[in-house]
Amino acid sequence: MTNHWVDIKNADVIMLNGSNAAENHPASMYWIHKAREERKAQLLVVDPRLTRSAAKADLYVPIRSGTDIAFYGGMIKYILDNELYHKEYVLHYTNAANLIHPDFKGPEDLDGLFSGFADDDGDGFGTYKDRSTWSYQTDAEGKALRDETLQDPQCVFQIMKRHYARYDLDTVSAITGCPKDKLEAAYKLYASTGAPDKVGTILYAMGQTQHTVGSQNVRILAMIQLLLGNIGRPGGGVNALRGESNVQGSTDQGLLAHLLPGYLPVPTSADPDLQTYIDNKTKPGGPWSGGYWTNGPKFITSLLKAWWGEHATADNGFAYEYLPKVESAANHYWIALFEAMYAGKIKGAWIMGQNPAVAGPNARLERKALQQLDWLVIQELFQTETVAFWRAPGVNPAEVKTEVFVLPAADAMEKEGSVVTSGRLIQWRPKVAEAPGEALPDHDILDRICRKLKELYQADAGPFADPILRLTWDYGGGPTHPVVGELVDITKVAREMNGYALEDLVDDKGTVLAKKGDLLSGFARLTADGKTACGCWVFSGYYYPMPDGEGNTLPAAKRRGQKDPSGLGLFPYWGFSWPANRRIVYNRCSADPSGKPWPDGRDLIWWDPNADSGTKDAEGKPILGKWVGYDVPDFVVTKAPDAPGGKDPFIMRTDGKGGLFAAMNEGPLPTHYEPVESPVGNLLYPNRPVNPVIKIWKTDEGQEVGNNWGAPDKFPIVATTYRVVEHWQAGGMSRWLEWLAEAQPDMFVEMSEELAKEKGIQNGEMVKVSSARGTIKAVAIVTKRFKPFQVNGKTVHQVGMPWHFGWGGGEGEEYEALAKGDAANDLTPHVGDANTMIPEYKAFLVNVEKA
Amino acid sequence: MTERLAMYIDTSKCMACRGCQVACKQWNDRQGYVPGVRETHNVGTYENPLKLDPQTWTRIKFIEYDDGERFQWLFMKEGCMHCTNAACADVCPTGALKYGPYGIITFERELCNGCGYCSQFCPFHIPQLEVINRLTGEAKSSKCVFCQDRTTNGLKPACVKTCPAGALDWGDRDEMIAKAEARVEVLKNERGFPKANVYGKTQLGGLGRIYVLTAPPEVYGLPADPKYPAISTLWQKIVQPVGQAVFGATILGLVAAFFVARRNVHMEEVE
Repeated sequence: MTNHWVDIKNADVIMLNGSNAAENHPASMYWIHKAREERKAQLLVVDPRLTRSAAKADLYVPIRSGTDIAFYGGMIKYILDNELYHKEYVLHYTNAANLIHPDFKGPEDLDGLFSGFADDDGDGFGTYKDRSTWSYQTDAEGKALRDETLQDPQCVFQIMKRHYARYDLDTVSAITGCPKDKLEAAYKLYASTGAPDKVGTILYAMGQTQHTVGSQNVRILAMIQLLLGNIGRPGGGVNALRGESNVQGSTDQGLLAHLLPGYLPVPTSADPDLQTYIDNKTKPGGPWSGGYWTNGPKFITSLLKAWWGEHATADNGFAYEYLPKVESAANHYWIALFEAMYAGKIKGAWIMGQNPAVAGPNARLERKALQQLDWLVIQELFQTETVAFWRAPGVNPAEVKTEVFVLPAADAMEKEGSVVTSGRLIQWRPKVAEAPGEALPDHDILDRICRKLKELYQADAGPFADPILRLTWDYGGGPTHPVVGELVDITKVAREMNGYALEDLVDDKGTVLAKKGDLLSGFARLTADGKTACGCWVFSGYYYPMPDGEGNTLPAAKRRGQKDPSGLGLFPYWGFSWPANRRIVYNRCSADPSGKPWPDGRDLIWWDPNADSGTKDAEGKPILGKWVGYDVPDFVVTKAPDAPGGKDPFIMRTDGKGGLFAAMNEGPLPTHYEPVESPVGNLLYPNRPVNPVIKIWKTDEGQEVGNNWGAPDKFPIVATTYRVVEHWQAGGMSRWLEWLAEAQPDMFVEMSEELAKEKGIQNGEMVKVSSARGTIKAVAIVTKRFKPFQVNGKTVHQVGMPWHFGWGGGEGEEYEALAKGDAANDLTPHVGDANTMIPEYKAFLVNVEKA
Repeated sequence: MTERLAMYIDTSKCMACRGCQVACKQWNDRQGYVPGVRETHNVGTYENPLKLDPQTWTRIKFIEYDDGERFQWLFMKEGCMHCTNAACADVCPTGALKYGPYGIITFERELCNGCGYCSQFCPFHIPQLEVINRLTGEAKSSKCVFCQDRTTNGLKPACVKTCPAGALDWGDRDEMIAKAEARVEVLKNERGFPKANVYGKTQLGGLGRIYVLTAPPEVYGLPADPKYPAISTLWQKIVQPVGQAVFGATILGLVAAFFVARRNVHMEEVE
């Protein structure tokens, strides 16, 4: 989230899209209701199905799954046509005025493609290797040319206008299946937040991301928020409601295949040494060439120092060579990994807290992939379907060669440590219960494995043992476990992530900023010369002693101070919000270009020309002028609004401007493409039905289990998958709980009364749902909450299914699943987004029949 | 007379997360899905269990309602109403159900003899009997007691405590009514629910649950004007006192026999 949970209360309009917050983030409804009660806020819900969230909406807008860009493209057109954008904000804070390369061409010129597309094998899919025409026009000094009248035909504003010119109400209605009056009502309501005294927030979740155009679905939300001036302000933002309690923390720590901790790019084969790694990013036009990322070298160096300590020296490039280099991170995402596993290219796998046998796309294929492994280690709480994949229905255990090891893990409540919310708030939590038996916290399991590895390498080093042998690994000294002995002292891990000084840090006036061994107060202290160690720069300061506003000083993430001086719900003394305890990022935008808060009564930060900046001029007089207010400014605190760059609020971007036009793998502007499996063609670009830069696997196409693709003749119904409030993810943690199993006991499929009538299906009866990849059984819930869509004159039905169910892996075990059923993911396709490879779980084709 | 407390239930804010349903079971140690014994199944609705039962003291009803003007998916938290004029307490021969502090209709399981009158006379059909011994047919009643162990110690009921939407509240009954009336005005004037109404203010002398509804009560299965069953007055005012005065202790054996007979009839309905 750019903002945070409590901040939802400050919104005038709340738009939920691709999010069923009432079910999947129930606590959010408290703040949504508060905004509605205290600010008379309106709740707008966009979803194919009337969900429990939509049931609470002031305006519910149904759209067919997979047509978000058409819907939001239409909103952009509406905002531009009716001049409802926040003019001052757009002009100063975004790249709307920037001039783009004269040779730039868009989908309107190139039949659904941008300039630079290369399709080497003519299969209709390719890449944008050459992105030179997507660049800004620059002056002799390399500065972007701008037309602040926004009239130049090559300025971003005009390009965007042309790009979305055909996304009119008729066309959008024909694509999405949403009636025109609802579209217009939604556009009007949300565009009302473009007024300088209004703010709207967008809350999105997997309904937005789990598409082959998922990243662009999110980007178009950011564009709308920029146009309406809603980013960096209380009550605004683009807010991802993360799917698990600490998934934000996992992402921060480099869980994804393309990232190291702190969002540092993972080294590739193009970055053989540290200097090249840095040069590739800091070169002109590179991601670290401007803005705050120019500090990137300090972050990577401090990370290397944290990991390899005294063995990381300036002479050896701070042991950068110890980091693995990948050919392309895309080869290591979920789908690619399971394809490689299926092909027998992966010998063993170690799965922690995941249940791919149920949760993976085309789960039958992924279960078969698991069978190709020699060994599988699973760190789990319960006997999930993945733990027991070798005795799944239809599998003969004797034929599965995979050796499975189960490491019993402790639950979140059974360990101490920090958890990061969607709102970037890091909160330290105590252990509240003992884990049973030999179950250990994940960090202790990893600690024991790593120490064993070091021992084995010590005994028989072999080639390239240094990365393991020299790894800083000194987390012992924690409590004693009755069975396994000494455990990790988790505060030592916290110290490493926070960062500490390896030598005394002294500023140019000789003041000691931190003594050797001290915790660092924040990432501003990090250096690129090896004097600091920091395991995750965005966390820096989170464990540093800070006041709680009530007279106590304690590690920031442990604070529970309840003062809220702004009344905006920032609660700056509660926990620690990365980065730098900043509650709302890009908050320079909460003030107008001259530095005064917008006239919306939600003052956050502002420029005080009379405040002592803390610096002195050549004559020793204090220099006046400073950003002050309730939040930590996301800006150079002494940079005046009229100074160079004083109106460039997006400090993580090289030019400081919000990117209405910004490069992604599909191009610089989101364009409507249909899901890979769709009942209709692309009404806007018939020759480009689907995202042209995705990767299509054809493994075992045509086989019983394989990457099979359905067409509307056999599979005419759009399907989507989702979660319900009663269960958790793949169900491992919830399906055995009797109270939850009672409330939601069986796999179901929701469908409209119209579809049920067409198929002769009665409410509550068992039906078969089939896709090109499999068939499952489910109880039919026939409901008025699903309605058929009128798509370009054709009636298109949609159904939806929860993906929580599975056959229940722990048969006969203490925690055997009570609620069992077929897995929806036996039907979903093995295809992902072109930027992130997140699977297209939300839009595919099925048929439904009486069982 | 102690203060009257009540539960505020704003169905317009309820999002049917069913945290209340689960928190109730957790605090009051009620069963959920027990294979072969207490199974629920999806019969074409999210609603489950399909009715209140001795192990389910509160639950959410899901209602799809289209009045021609607006489609609503309604969620209603169901449970004992804690009536001012509570037929169940009036007819209970053993004092297991009683008018307790704060207007709570309390229940003492040890005193219940399973006669089933509470179940029969309740205008909302809330208390349900649970067979606890299949051989003897011995049964016990049970129902929501507003977490009397919590609420008589200054805590809120478990369901109120857990509600993440802020749809539930607990406090002085007059305050809960005022809150509900104010909320109904907002729903009518600002949120497009012309039929919003308060339920529970006057019914049966006033209920311990004050509902904010966005559709007419009948849509939720709530009788607009529930009647205090006349026969329970007869039982309470005549049969019990006469029995106590005239026959004294000897009548108890006969009454007990009558209960057994009644229970056997009733059991067929229950089972």
